Amino acid sequence: MLEITAAEWTAIMLSIRVAVVATLVATPLGIAVAWLLARRDFWGKSVADAIIHLPLVLPPVVTGYLLLLTFGRRGLVGAWLADHLGIVFAFRWTGAALACGIMSFPLLVRPIRLSIEAVDRRLEQAASTLGAAPWRVFWTVTLPLALPGVLAGMVLGFAKAIGEFGATITFVSNIPGETQTISSAIYTLTQVPDGDAAALRLVGISIVIAMAALIASEVFARRATKRLHGI
Amino acid sequence: MLRIETQKQLGDFSLDVAFTSEGRVTGLFGSSGAGKTSLVNIIAGLLKPDRGVIAVDGEVLDDTSLGLHTAPHRRRIGYVFQDARLFPHLNVTQNLDYGRRMNGLSYDPAGHSHVVDLLDIGNLLDRRTGQLSGGERQRIALGRALLAQPRLLLLDEPLGALDADRKAEILPYLVRLRDETGVPMVYVTHDPHELRQLATQVVVLERGRVVRFGNPEILADTTAARIEMQPSEARH
Repeated sequence: MLEITAAEWTAIMLSIRVAVVATLVATPLGIAVAWLLARRDFWGKSVADAIIHLPLVLPPVVTGYLLLLTFGRRGLVGAWLADHLGIVFAFRWTGAALACGIMSFPLLVRPIRLSIEAVDRRLEQAASTLGAAPWRVFWTVTLPLALPGVLAGMVLGFAKAIGEFGATITFVSNIPGETQTISSAIYTLTQVPDGDAAALRLVGISIVIAMAALIASEVFARRATKRLHGI
Repeated sequence: MLRIETQKQLGDFSLDVAFTSEGRVTGLFGSSGAGKTSLVNIIAGLLKPDRGVIAVDGEVLDDTSLGLHTAPHRRRIGYVFQDARLFPHLNVTQNLDYGRRMNGLSYDPAGHSHVVDLLDIGNLLDRRTGQLSGGERQRIALGRALLAQPRLLLLDEPLGALDADRKAEILPYLVRLRDETGVPMVYVTHDPHELRQLATQVVVLERGRVVRFGNPEILADTTAARIEMQPSEARH
C-alpha cells in the first residue's frame, strides 16, 4: 500500500521540477513587476495590474487554451520560438512550467509588492545621500528589507505551481514521463477502477510537499523579520 | 562655501531663500514649519527646487535655468537625519562602511579609526542597530555620513529626538567634529543654545523666508526678545 511505484515517482519528480523551474524563472520577473507596481506611476498601470491578476480569476482551462493558441507549435509566439530558437513548449515539461509560472504569478507578485511598499523610503533616501545609485539602493536596501515578502511570494507561487491542473492539462496534456504531474496523475488514477491506493499515496505526498514548503517559509520569514528589526 | 538661491512651492507653503555662507558651520534656525527641512532636502538633492541655484564650493549642483539637477548620490553631501535612519539589516560596522562601498573608496584604516575615536563608538562596532540607545544611534549616523567622505555635511536636528541628558552627551562630539574634521556643516535646529555652541554663521528662517543672517550673536537678540515677553522665564 505504501510502496511508491516508478510511474508515481516520475510524476512526483516531474511536479517538483516543473514547480521549481516555474518559481525560479518567475521570481526575478515577479520582483521587477512588484517593484514597478509599488514604486512607479505609469500610464496603464491599473490595466497592467489587472492583466497580472487575470489568471487568478479566469477559468484555468481558458488560460491553458490561450497558452495553446499563443505558444503551441502553430501559435504566433510558439512557431517563432520553435523556428528561431528551437524552444518548444507544446506537450513538453517546459510548457507545464510555463503554464504553472503564469498561473502562480499573481500569488508570487502580491506579497513581494506589499513588502516593497512597506520598505521605509526614508532609508532609501539615506542610502542615496551616502552615494548609492538607484539600482544599488534597490540591491542593498530595498530588496534585503523586502526579503520576507519575496520568500513568502516564492512559497505561495511554488505551492500554486505544484498543484496547478487545469491550465497545464489543457496546454500540454497528460503524458506520463513528460507532462504528467502529481495532479494529472491523480486525475488519471481516479478514472481507473483500481487506482484509489495509488491516488491516495500521491495525495499524501502532495500534502507533505505543501507542508514542508509552508514550514520552510515560516522559518525563513521569522529569521528575516528578526534581522529587519536590527536584533 | 555654500550658495543658495531657491524657490519651492509645497502646497500652501512657499520657500523663497537666498544666502551665501562661508562658515564652517552654518546654522539654520527657526521654529517648526519655517522650512528648514525642506531647504536641507533641496541642498541634499532629495527635493528639486522650482527655481534657483544651489552651489557648493563653486560647483553648481542645481540650476533650474539650465535644467541642471544633480542626483543625491552624485553630490557627495552627507546627511544626518533626526531619526538616524540606520539600516536595520546591517550591523554597526556594515552601516559605517556603507558609504565607502557605494562610493568605491578604498579602505582607509587611519581615517576609519579617527572617526571611530572621534565619536567614541569603538565598543559598538559589533552591535545590531536594535541594540543601540538613541544617542548611540545618532553617533553611528554621524560616523556613517563622515566615512562617505562628504564635502558638506547636513545635520537636520540631530539632537531633536533626544532628551536633555543625551543632548549634553552628543553636543561635545559635534564640537569636536567641527574642530577636528575639515568638513563644513549645515546644522538645523530650533534650539539657540546648540547654535551658540556650534555655529559660525546663522540663518534665521520664518515661514519660508530668511529674516536674519549673521554670526551667532544675532540669536542673542532673538532670545532676549523672547525673555522680555516672558519675564517669569528670565528669572531662572
